[in-house]
Amino acid sequence: MTPSIRPGLTPSSHITGFKRAVFALCLLPLARALWLAASGDAINPIEFLTRSTGTWTLSWLLLTLAITPLRTLTGLSILIRLRRMLGLFAFFYGVLHLTLYLWLDKFFDWPAIGHDIVKRPFITMGMAAWLLMLPLAVTSTQGWIKRLKRRWGLLHRLIYPLTVMAVVHYFWLVKKDLTQPLIYGTVLAVLLLWRVARRVATRARPAPLTASDGGRGTR
Amino acid sequence: MLIKKPDAIRPSELTPEPVYLNRRQFMLGSAGVLLSAEALAASPFSTREKENSWQEITHYNNYYEFGTDKSDPGENAGSLKVRPWQIAVDGEVAHPRHYGIEELLRFAQEERIYRLRCVEGWSMVIPWTGFPLASLLKQVQPTARARYVAFETLLRPSEMPGQREHTLAWPYREGLRIDEAMNPLTLLATGLYGKPLPNQNGAPIRLVVPWKYGFKSIKSIVRIHLMETLPATSWNLANPAEYGFYSNVNPAVDHPRWSQATERRIGEFFKRPTLPFNGYAEQVAALYRGMDLRKNY
Repeated sequence: MTPSIRPGLTPSSHITGFKRAVFALCLLPLARALWLAASGDAINPIEFLTRSTGTWTLSWLLLTLAITPLRTLTGLSILIRLRRMLGLFAFFYGVLHLTLYLWLDKFFDWPAIGHDIVKRPFITMGMAAWLLMLPLAVTSTQGWIKRLKRRWGLLHRLIYPLTVMAVVHYFWLVKKDLTQPLIYGTVLAVLLLWRVARRVATRARPAPLTASDGGRGTR
Repeated sequence: MLIKKPDAIRPSELTPEPVYLNRRQFMLGSAGVLLSAEALAASPFSTREKENSWQEITHYNNYYEFGTDKSDPGENAGSLKVRPWQIAVDGEVAHPRHYGIEELLRFAQEERIYRLRCVEGWSMVIPWTGFPLASLLKQVQPTARARYVAFETLLRPSEMPGQREHTLAWPYREGLRIDEAMNPLTLLATGLYGKPLPNQNGAPIRLVVPWKYGFKSIKSIVRIHLMETLPATSWNLANPAEYGFYSNVNPAVDHPRWSQATERRIGEFFKRPTLPFNGYAEQVAALYRGMDLRKNY
């Protein structure tokens, strides 16, 4: 997985101390989980890791989606430089999550996995959300941004439906207590509604849109 | 007497596991404990599989009255007061009455090492102590109309924080058919690892029905009601499409959202195949002869 994270840290994109610090922070939950799993504090470590990586994927998707509102509200343009890294961390945790399912839950029993995908809506939904993340991770490099031009922005709008799908995946898998998926769902709703409200406001006002995000589009 | 008064010292501190695992040898070797040795004689119903540790059994389980995470019961159940305690046994019985916990503890206690399979897909091996539910039911004499047995957990939101949330319809309810209730495997458990049952595992007395998914084994029982009609059960009320009245462990009938073909034994890396009736088919399969187990899930 690390190779796909690297592009975010190539010298061309100015490795700043700030970005390095955020990078390290993004790895903390993984370190904590591995520690808990190894120390025996987690009595069912595989279940614990599967659940944790799932919620982190969702958390990092939401963090990625929070960048634009935060930048607008705070005026801190440096935040936009974190967006790709956060998105790639969402993918990173998503890959771990999927790997844990394929390997330690199903032990690569492909017929059983196929059966799951077809028959269990929460698996179908999770798998589809994961697949939608894949092209976003692949096209996250500067080269792809240049190659795809306007279409890059369009493609990367996939983060909206895929994050909704990830939240639905969570809702559909819980047995009874919906508190956790409701929390993620609420945060997502706020982040999406903020965009709708802003769009409505800018339409009402003829004031021009600022292009301070370097033409990458507003996600 | 096996069961002692609960004390401040944690049982895990009192009995290190290796010592506990040698208990039969120890008891047979000491003089004057004939009774205990007899009480702990290996039950023919006990499995010889490796038992899960005290820590695993008491810190990873479902008991929604104390929270929905599997670590919640171990963290929150300390507040529950389990004395005084009594169970009302009533309904279709010749002699309805109340049993105080002290009296229940005077039933001949025996050890039963049972597999427990949770509907979520994990399992454990647990050394319970207790007595067959049948012994109690025989005392109150079920009438000819007693076709089902309904059970109820304590309702006390002040000590059971989960009951302040609307996760399930409180109090927790479970039920068995009378022949299931009278089966010799069906246990009223009062202890774990030879110690009084910890609060988070359903103190002071709970049901253990080892061939059914774990949620059938209702905890902290205050009422046993014999009746003619099928009793309402909590998980069935919450989601009838997913949790049936019978809920026998069955690898061939999937939960609508996940497979029941395999399980992860806590402490093991690989999954193992789930056995029909959780490996107790020999004792209980006859109870369901002629029934469509796909329909009666």
